[in-house]
Amino acid sequence: MSFDNAYESLLGHEDAHWAFGTGFSEPLSGVNREFPAGVDRDALAAYCLMLGDDALIFSQRLSEWCSRAPELEEDIALANIALDLLGQARMLLTRAGEVLGKDEDALAYLRDEREFRNVHLAEIDCGPGPGGDFGTTIARLLVFSSWRLALFSRLRGSADPVLAAVAEKGLKELAYHRDHAAQWTVRLGDGTDESHRRMQAGLERVWPFVDELFATHPVEAALTGVAVDPASLRSEVDGVLTAVLSAAGLTRPADTKAARVAGMAGRDGVHTEAMGYLLAEMQHLHRSLPGAVW
Amino acid sequence: MTKAFEIASAVRDPELPVLTLADLGVLREVSEEDGRVVVTITPTYSGCPAIDEMGADLRRSLRSAGFAEVEVRLSLSPAWTTDWISAEGRAKLAAAGIAPPSRIGPSAAGPVPLNLVPPSRQVACPQCGSLNTSEISRFGSTACKALRRCHACAEPFEHVKEI
Repeated sequence: MSFDNAYESLLGHEDAHWAFGTGFSEPLSGVNREFPAGVDRDALAAYCLMLGDDALIFSQRLSEWCSRAPELEEDIALANIALDLLGQARMLLTRAGEVLGKDEDALAYLRDEREFRNVHLAEIDCGPGPGGDFGTTIARLLVFSSWRLALFSRLRGSADPVLAAVAEKGLKELAYHRDHAAQWTVRLGDGTDESHRRMQAGLERVWPFVDELFATHPVEAALTGVAVDPASLRSEVDGVLTAVLSAAGLTRPADTKAARVAGMAGRDGVHTEAMGYLLAEMQHLHRSLPGAVW
Repeated sequence: MTKAFEIASAVRDPELPVLTLADLGVLREVSEEDGRVVVTITPTYSGCPAIDEMGADLRRSLRSAGFAEVEVRLSLSPAWTTDWISAEGRAKLAAAGIAPPSRIGPSAAGPVPLNLVPPSRQVACPQCGSLNTSEISRFGSTACKALRRCHACAEPFEHVKEI
């Protein structure tokens, strides 16, 4: 590598050196991806979209905090957590795309709102803009990572080798995410009157979206041995949340449920008002300049 | 293949350039298939942005050593752990002012225990050796590093966090 010319070090390689995402044709290159015998591939693709979209959309939300968090270390922490989730999303969308005949970019950037399968908790606006708050984002991160960690802990035993491998890898990352959120929850809940008030308000804001996390969808019910039934996670996640809230001196909000539309929610492609704005920001560049890379 | 393995082993990690891919434990296998060199690596984190660059660096090094056809494959399972960083790698990290990770052993099956306070691992300051250090931030300049400070010599330092 030569540094005589500043541009040479950037451009003088077979793969653009700083353009991450160019070296492997896709994120499952070389991974054993045989489909297990007897599995319903359409259901498997739908399930991979559910788990992949949860990670992709929440990753987008977390990255909105970069440069807006209360301190520099937290900018970096939330961006790192977003990056882990983006990596999980890439693998899961690629797995779904093997059945659907699409690549990860087509699935991330060219689907419309009704085609996304993420839970509402991932998409709601918790800030940094108006109406949001750092306490709300920590409340969401606590609930989301506690739930996904419990899910991935069981998904390690999936009959699908890709799901099992993604879960084994992601589990350790999610453990760091949950600990980070839990430690912030205790710090804020057990901090000043103001931090306690805002942490409690954050919990109240996200709590109506908790119930959806544990509702078994027909896709999950159809994939015995491959998918995890989210209803089976409830007591473990409840135990974790109770332990954190108790250490933080916070009150568990009443169990209210956000309204569904004709019984449908995120897993059916029915989203909240926030989703369209989120997708507009996430997708517009790729749609305006198809195939753009940097 | 011994030569190909030696070349692949010597490729450096783009984000921790004091370590080779072999020191870091991400180089899993180098083999030959139908006249091609097949190198298998494993990502440190799911979203590790350096993984593409590792692949490009491996291809470049092997091609310039005369191996015309090189394929780089990813392996996700078993998942990478900092326990795979070699003893030599740990010594290189410490010499570069980065505290190496503690050994954590295999992860247990079943629910992952909750840590409400940061684990009280004793991490020695790579500058002065004091164990009187504390964590500033769990997440540092790259996904794999935390930021700590030493209360004895007052220097901040990075720590490859256990995973």
